[in-house]
Amino acid sequence: MIFKVFKKQELARLYDLLAVNIIVGPVNRGEDRNARPLYDFDVVYDFNDLALDYTQTVHSPKRFVLPYQETLSSFALTHDGWEKHVDLNVYKPLVFFGMHACDINALNKLDLVLAQSAYPNPYYMGKRKNLFIIGLDCNPEPQCFCRSMGTDSAVHGFDLFLTDLGNKYFAEIRSATAFDLLNQLNCKEPSAKDHTLYKQMPGKKSKRYTAVVETSDLTKILDLEFESPSWDEWGEKCLSCGTCANVCPTCYCYGVDEHIDLDLKHAGKTKSLHSCNLVDFAKVAGGHNFRPTSASRLKYRYYHKHRGFVEAFEEPLCVGCGRCGAACLADITPPAVIASVRGEE
Amino acid sequence: MRNKLAFLDILEKTPASRRKEDPGSFEYTLPAEITSIYPLTATEKLYQIQIIDPIQRSGFSFQPGQFVMLELPGIGEAPFSISSSPVRHGDLELCIRAVGNFTNFLDRVAPGTKVGISGPFGTNFPLEKMQGNDILLIGGGLGIVPLRSPLLSVLENRSRYGRVDIMYGAKSPEELLFTYQYEEWRRFDINLGITVDRADKKWQGRTGLITELLKERISQAVSLRENTYAIVCGPPVMFHFVCKMLTEAGLPMQKMFVSLERRMHCGRGKCCRCNIGSTYTCLDGPVFDYWSVMNLKEAI
Repeated sequence: MIFKVFKKQELARLYDLLAVNIIVGPVNRGEDRNARPLYDFDVVYDFNDLALDYTQTVHSPKRFVLPYQETLSSFALTHDGWEKHVDLNVYKPLVFFGMHACDINALNKLDLVLAQSAYPNPYYMGKRKNLFIIGLDCNPEPQCFCRSMGTDSAVHGFDLFLTDLGNKYFAEIRSATAFDLLNQLNCKEPSAKDHTLYKQMPGKKSKRYTAVVETSDLTKILDLEFESPSWDEWGEKCLSCGTCANVCPTCYCYGVDEHIDLDLKHAGKTKSLHSCNLVDFAKVAGGHNFRPTSASRLKYRYYHKHRGFVEAFEEPLCVGCGRCGAACLADITPPAVIASVRGEE
Repeated sequence: MRNKLAFLDILEKTPASRRKEDPGSFEYTLPAEITSIYPLTATEKLYQIQIIDPIQRSGFSFQPGQFVMLELPGIGEAPFSISSSPVRHGDLELCIRAVGNFTNFLDRVAPGTKVGISGPFGTNFPLEKMQGNDILLIGGGLGIVPLRSPLLSVLENRSRYGRVDIMYGAKSPEELLFTYQYEEWRRFDINLGITVDRADKKWQGRTGLITELLKERISQAVSLRENTYAIVCGPPVMFHFVCKMLTEAGLPMQKMFVSLERRMHCGRGKCCRCNIGSTYTCLDGPVFDYWSVMNLKEAI
């Protein structure tokens, strides 16, 4: 990896260089009832609209690679047959300006199952491969447990990663395009002092982590405690609303619906993101539901993220961003659920 | 415009083919036609589906136990086990019960309807490994549907297998599937045992649970030999009892195969709807050996 440093005021210049492309970044969306700012990712048209000091967005950036609703294909119907048209719904590259490490890692995890496994999903791949990502370091929030998940720093999956060193940015460069961009800025080689400052960052962050998830032997413990009464207790609280999956940066499951236009000449096939907490998730035709209780569905969600995905890809399908817990209407958080299953209450 | 990022077309260099790694094949369906429809019972019909293009048809190869996704534009897409013999390639037979939105629509279509087929997907029964061994096929209700493909394959190569037993149970005589083929099957030197839960006045066969048929088979003079393979398919409660009996009779877990049913929206390990724990029924199944099933929570 190549490292550079540049003065903070150069960042606006970096934005201007990239402004010929569509730029997505964190923006301020108002305040919640406790007067805390609410952030979201959206297309930005002005550098000053970027809220680069954002804490955490309510929603993850996944909608730019996995839209909540997406047309998979359309059909032209004739009296004796039909023709299928497939459109991947991606036309232009997208610049992501200021993505935190957890969200970069979330995309890396999605890559494992959606792009690097059998039957790669082209709708995802097309969008993912056309992302130019500028990462930005962050300050852990109370709900963050990314360090427990090993996702507090991004090792790959970005073009440029910026760390705030006070009056300058420390830049990690991972692509030729990013290198070329930085060459157009007033950049310097990092000095010995910059090295020291950069090395101190993880230690400074450590003090801010309050939420912790113990992951040792978690796959085995989840199997061992499959019948644990803890699941029923959490299931009792769970409203089966699917909000957790909605805000999760790594939840990717979906359902497919088909419809016919009123003119009977066209039909379409639409994919909508789903949630394993919704009651019909595993219901089959004829009415049998493989997971009829909210407890069984909540358990499945943890089982998939912290056991099954680990078994398949050697890492959990969770980046510890804590969005699910923050958004949950019943105050169910992964650190609390996992601690109770481990008997650590 | 130096900093305008180049657009990367992921489909550019990969023409649509049917390779697993090809992103162009994800939404690709083979154009096919329903050539004939035979009613089997009041709710089940046997659909003969032919892939229209002759090259695609002969190039379509599957193994018994695998499934296809059948699509009707604007109506839906759903997974179905292939019931026909693998030697017939793209001339498929699917036995479908009218039970949901999609299958009730299928129930009303006429021969000649154009459909889309994708697949074959999933794992298969290891028929090659089973050669030279005794075979026990145990099906309950609709479970006979995925069993018919391995059965036909065994019958076509009858001399390669030892003793073949089929045990099939249905709720009532009217619900028995493929009745017109029983005599034909028997001609291949197989033991076909059929039982129904509730008999009607005309029924002359046996009445009772499928486990009773199995109990007789296990206690026979020619008991289960070590080289027996079993394929079990039926409702979850049947799996439980049948697999337990077979285990007690000394059949190793890795020689018992089951075919599981789950909701599916993609068939390609992406939608998560068929997950058991985190095992995808569409990729790691639908055919599992009993050892794998025992290791999957809430599988049966």
